Amino acid sequence: MSDELSPLHRDREPKDAIVVCPDGPLLVRGDFEIVSTTGEKLPRQRRTVALCRCGASGIKPYCDGTHKLIGFRTDFPDRKAT
Amino acid sequence: MKFPSARGPVSIFLFDLLRAGPEGTADQTYVLRTLAARSVASTENVINDEDLQLAMFCLYELHYGGLAGADERWEWNPGLIAIRQEIEEGFERALRAAVELPALDAADSDSVASVLFGLAAADNGPSMSRYVAKEASLEQLREFLIHKSIYQLKEADPHTWAIPRLNGRPKAAMVEIQADEYGGGRPQRMHSVLFARTMRGLELDDVYGEYVDAVPALTLASTNMMSMFGLNRRLRGAIVGHLAAYEMTSSQPNRLYGNGFRRHGFNEDVTWYFDEHVEADAVHEQIAGRDLAGGLVEAEPALLEDVYFGAAAALAVDALLSAQTMAAWKTGTSSLRIPLPAGA
Ligand code: FES
Ligand SMILES: [Fe+2]
Ligand SMILES: [Fe+2]
Repeated sequence: MSDELSPLHRDREPKDAIVVCPDGPLLVRGDFEIVSTTGEKLPRQRRTVALCRCGASGIKPYCDGTHKLIGFRTDFPDRKAT
Repeated sequence: MKFPSARGPVSIFLFDLLRAGPEGTADQTYVLRTLAARSVASTENVINDEDLQLAMFCLYELHYGGLAGADERWEWNPGLIAIRQEIEEGFERALRAAVELPALDAADSDSVASVLFGLAAADNGPSMSRYVAKEASLEQLREFLIHKSIYQLKEADPHTWAIPRLNGRPKAAMVEIQADEYGGGRPQRMHSVLFARTMRGLELDDVYGEYVDAVPALTLASTNMMSMFGLNRRLRGAIVGHLAAYEMTSSQPNRLYGNGFRRHGFNEDVTWYFDEHVEADAVHEQIAGRDLAGGLVEAEPALLEDVYFGAAAALAVDALLSAQTMAAWKTGTSSLRIPLPAGA
């Protein structure tokens, strides 16, 4: 298949990644735990989660889409940054 | 599901055929095809046509759970497929005429996602979610669930048809979303199962298709649209756009739906379905916008128009349905064809 990764790329492809969503949450995908300051696991229902970064979610630390209602804007990182 | 009651000449003829076997029916399916073509040509609007939408719903049903008592060989009967195509052609034409598409200049996945988020935000039909949160009576909440049950009891299935038609990034995105819709390996967490639980909480029958007779053409059209987009490979752009629009108009409305049921004293067991969607779809909308829809457009730029079409059609039909439902409620009448027995 065309997007098969070469061994070199396979090493560079991160196993776990945080996707910085423009004007929205941080999408976290991979092998991780969400814990309190004392290390207790917080309730988690799915493998890939969206963490609120606008501060307005009603179900923190998760995003509930409220960022769209408050006009939350992110200009960094630049979408075209490499 | 069980056979619904026919609503006109096409569904009467179709149900008679389906109840008999498919052998030696080439002549009859041809007659029905002619009848369907005439009906498509003469109806005011396929989207609203009770007889045609019900016929289409049952033709699609052959590809899902089937119709109890219909020979399973009907599914790929060429005569029936030809009838379905006849209706689909009119349906697709009506849907394309009903929507206005944004400019087709998005070039990468981020800009496709941002246009789709814009479409979803501009959706300014009457707000069903605010009404449910603040005003809906218990009877209206039950009607609300009955309309939703037509799709939600097989939630995610129509979009799953698209998986083998996608590759690479959009395919991985679709599978990631669908896995979550199907409970991530836990059958009791499947969204369709959570919805059934909500129905039982309001003493409604949670058997798939039980309320088909009760709902109007528009409710069926909303699900038929997904089946048409999902089952036709050439419309893979539209089914992807449809899913993106659904995910992008879900988190906040579901929070409000949950509030409406809490207002009537229902517990977490009943609101679980809605609460789950507040969180899940805030994840799904990000994946659906960029990796699924945006990724598909990057791989197949010619599909951009259909991605927008699918999204716009999803929003348009659901806005029509909300308007129709709320117009009935405003005059104190039922939004169903067959009102629920009082106090049942
Ligand atoms: S980032 Fe989505 S609600 Fe805060
Ligand atoms: Fe869902
Ligand atoms: Fe979803």
